[in-house]
Amino acid sequence: MSAAKLLHPGLNIGSADPEAHRQAGPVMFGFWVFLMSDLVLFALLLATYSAMTRHGTAGGPTPADITDLKSAAIETALLLTSSFTFGMASLALKYREDTGRLFAWLAVTALLGLGFLGLEAMDFAKLAGEGAVPQRSGFLSAHFTLLGMHFLHVAAGLAWMAVVAVQLAMWGLCRAVRLRIMRLALFWHMLDIVWIALFSFVFLAGAGS
Amino acid sequence: MSHLDWTDLLFGQLRLSDFPPKGNMIATFAAMLVVVAALLTAGLITWYGKWRALWSEWLTSLDHKKIGIMYIVIAFVMLSRAVIEAALIRTQQAFAVNAAGVVGADHFGQLFTTHGSVMIFFMAMPFLSGVINYVLPLQIGARDLVFPFMNAVGLWLTAAGAALLMASLVIGEFSTGGWSGYPPFTELAYSPGEGVDYWIWAVTLSSLGSTLTGINFAVTIYKKRAPGMDLFRMPLFCWTALCTAILMIFAMPPLTVATGLLALDRYAGFHFFTNALGGDMMNYANLFWLFGHPEVYILILPAFGIWSEVISTFSGKRLYGYSSLVFATMAIAVLSFTVWLHHFFTMGQGANVNAAFGIATMTIGIPTGVKVYDWLLTMYRGRIRLAAPMLFAITFLLCFVIGGLTGIILANPSVDFAVHNSLFLVAHFHNMLIPGTLFGMIAAYMFWFPKAFGYRLDERWGVIAWGLWSAGFLLAFMPLYALGLMGAMRRTAQFFEPAYQAWLYAAWAGAGLIFCGLAALFIQLWASIRKRAMLAVPLGDPWDGHSLEWWGPAPPPEWNFPVIPKVKETEAFMRMKREGTAYEEPDSYEDIEMPRNTAIPVVIGAAGFVAAFALTWHIWWAALAGVLAMWGGVIWRSFETAPNEIIPAQEVSERWNAFLAAARKAQGIGRRDETTAANRGLAEHQT
Repeated sequence: MSAAKLLHPGLNIGSADPEAHRQAGPVMFGFWVFLMSDLVLFALLLATYSAMTRHGTAGGPTPADITDLKSAAIETALLLTSSFTFGMASLALKYREDTGRLFAWLAVTALLGLGFLGLEAMDFAKLAGEGAVPQRSGFLSAHFTLLGMHFLHVAAGLAWMAVVAVQLAMWGLCRAVRLRIMRLALFWHMLDIVWIALFSFVFLAGAGS
Repeated sequence: MSHLDWTDLLFGQLRLSDFPPKGNMIATFAAMLVVVAALLTAGLITWYGKWRALWSEWLTSLDHKKIGIMYIVIAFVMLSRAVIEAALIRTQQAFAVNAAGVVGADHFGQLFTTHGSVMIFFMAMPFLSGVINYVLPLQIGARDLVFPFMNAVGLWLTAAGAALLMASLVIGEFSTGGWSGYPPFTELAYSPGEGVDYWIWAVTLSSLGSTLTGINFAVTIYKKRAPGMDLFRMPLFCWTALCTAILMIFAMPPLTVATGLLALDRYAGFHFFTNALGGDMMNYANLFWLFGHPEVYILILPAFGIWSEVISTFSGKRLYGYSSLVFATMAIAVLSFTVWLHHFFTMGQGANVNAAFGIATMTIGIPTGVKVYDWLLTMYRGRIRLAAPMLFAITFLLCFVIGGLTGIILANPSVDFAVHNSLFLVAHFHNMLIPGTLFGMIAAYMFWFPKAFGYRLDERWGVIAWGLWSAGFLLAFMPLYALGLMGAMRRTAQFFEPAYQAWLYAAWAGAGLIFCGLAALFIQLWASIRKRAMLAVPLGDPWDGHSLEWWGPAPPPEWNFPVIPKVKETEAFMRMKREGTAYEEPDSYEDIEMPRNTAIPVVIGAAGFVAAFALTWHIWWAALAGVLAMWGGVIWRSFETAPNEIIPAQEVSERWNAFLAAARKAQGIGRRDETTAANRGLAEHQT
């Protein structure tokens, strides 16, 4: 297979086949639209959170009291690295026809994602152990809900990754699987962007307040 | 003790006492009505042996046309329920001046809550989703929506929500917190029962379905238009569908967040909107109306599209001011996100904030005014035919302007302080939603029914329905303006002001007329089915239509068009008729790939219903099972390797040739005769 045939611009769905690209367009575009809708959800939770930091602490813990920057920094490192490794998986999808490398990068991504979830779960448990439970105040309700929503999204991304891995093993790099990995990549990177917002407005702002 | 624990574990809070008979006769009767109607329907299907056909041809179908029709069936069922409730609400108030009336205060609260929730989420939303589903792909020259599977999932989630509302009529009680469900009243402290939970999960199911549907419509319009169908060559209905879809994409998530956070408060003891510990109910008001106001335009914009099609068709004229209508629609869509605060002018913002939102609200009157003039100028010097949909259009134009003017009055914060939450407000939004949205949907139903089923609806009963609905609307709601100005508040179970009495009687009579109007619609359907041979329009163009959906036979084949047409202008089909190409054979046919039927969307919807019902009654195992089954359905679908089937070119060619042969034999008719038996769906040849 010639290099020119593989090194096409645009959507990574294998050989430069205009028909395949024409069919992939709506699917990818549709997913972008879905992401937009999903981002509205996060935007509203973030707005709710920000209002609650001002008016909702009810004499309980304030953002400064519960911010653990060290833990947040490690979580950020894990999640951002996982976005990088997913990028490597996307490159493997685009330039390699063998699935081994793709599997490997997806596995690394999944491990980093699991690590992120584990650390965050420990954060939640630690807060709860200190009595900073969501039932304590509106602020803590918002804190747990905002981070919990992101947590659930990452978990859903991991479940999706597992399904796609099974399909990759069953069917190889067929068009459906390629398109699913590409959409999963979008989803994963979006969660990264959301996390950067959370890191800035929850953790950095919390530590600085 | 251990016996009780097991009962809790298995049935949550559900007890035998939650089943009928209920505390009062009316509630018991309503519950029995639901049960009997369900059993009767099931019995009739069994009697005629139609279960298999129903399952394999309808419920599992991914065809946008069938999904559209099923949406509209849901809408009509729910419309019937909500109209009956409305009649009961009017009856109560008419007989509750210095008296007890016919229902208790708590029951009355459930009535206005279900009436509003049903009308918005399970009548108007399914109706407009159904009409767009049916018409949009045909108008833009596509074979289906871009995501047929997701389309069916949206339908079945909506159906699950509607079923939950019907279940609430039989088992337990519904919320008394109004369709907007404001906390802290809807918090556990003040509404401890299952009612608010019913409301939360029914609305959540519907809003998830609508988000998916919105994405589907928008992507279809962007990506699936026929060659040559530039955005500015789309029929106006497609533009309104696009704006509605965009609003759904952005405005449904706020509703999901609002109900989700309220659920966290109620189920997990969080404090988003509670009175104590930092809860902030104003945040709920903001979230809800951040959805709620765009929602108003989600409801009205498709109707504007329908009115544009109906008025242009029955005036025999090209739509006046097409691009101004497009820009007005877009302007309304954008402005709809800037006015949500006018729903709570009285809730403590400063005067400057109120003024800003008041002015933003008044600006919406400008693009809407543009539209009204465009429609009037479309009619001007047209050869207007007063078919039933056109009669509805005229009622709409007259009444909608009155409603718009009262809206401008309410947009003034200082006036709003005087009439906020009074019957004046109730009159205003019914004045927009009944002549605007509901009449629009009824007109769409009468207008496109011949396309969908191959025969027209009976004209005489259509006119009777129009007369009853129009007179009923005016009689029921004009008195409410007066009552509101006299100080009567909405959602009031009893009044103590004798001066209200005459007005309330008038409104009661109006509700009776509306009820008769609903009956007339069903009689019309019944009469039309009986006379379907006489009313048949198999050639598919009963009204001398302008756009592509009228091209080809009625009902259209699953694949819509023999070949994807090449579009040269907005009135694509009219141009084909003028050029004489509408009834010709294409150069060649191709195999067509269409989605295969699948049961998975029905399973997802059923699982959604189980999850929602179980959450309402705290039956945790069933809730978990339901949610897992929903996601299981999605994953199951991803393992289906051959979701499509091929329709051979031969079959397409045969069907089209049969249609062409029939069209050549038929006699085209002049438009003046379109409501006579001579109308077979072929327009007189134009030159």
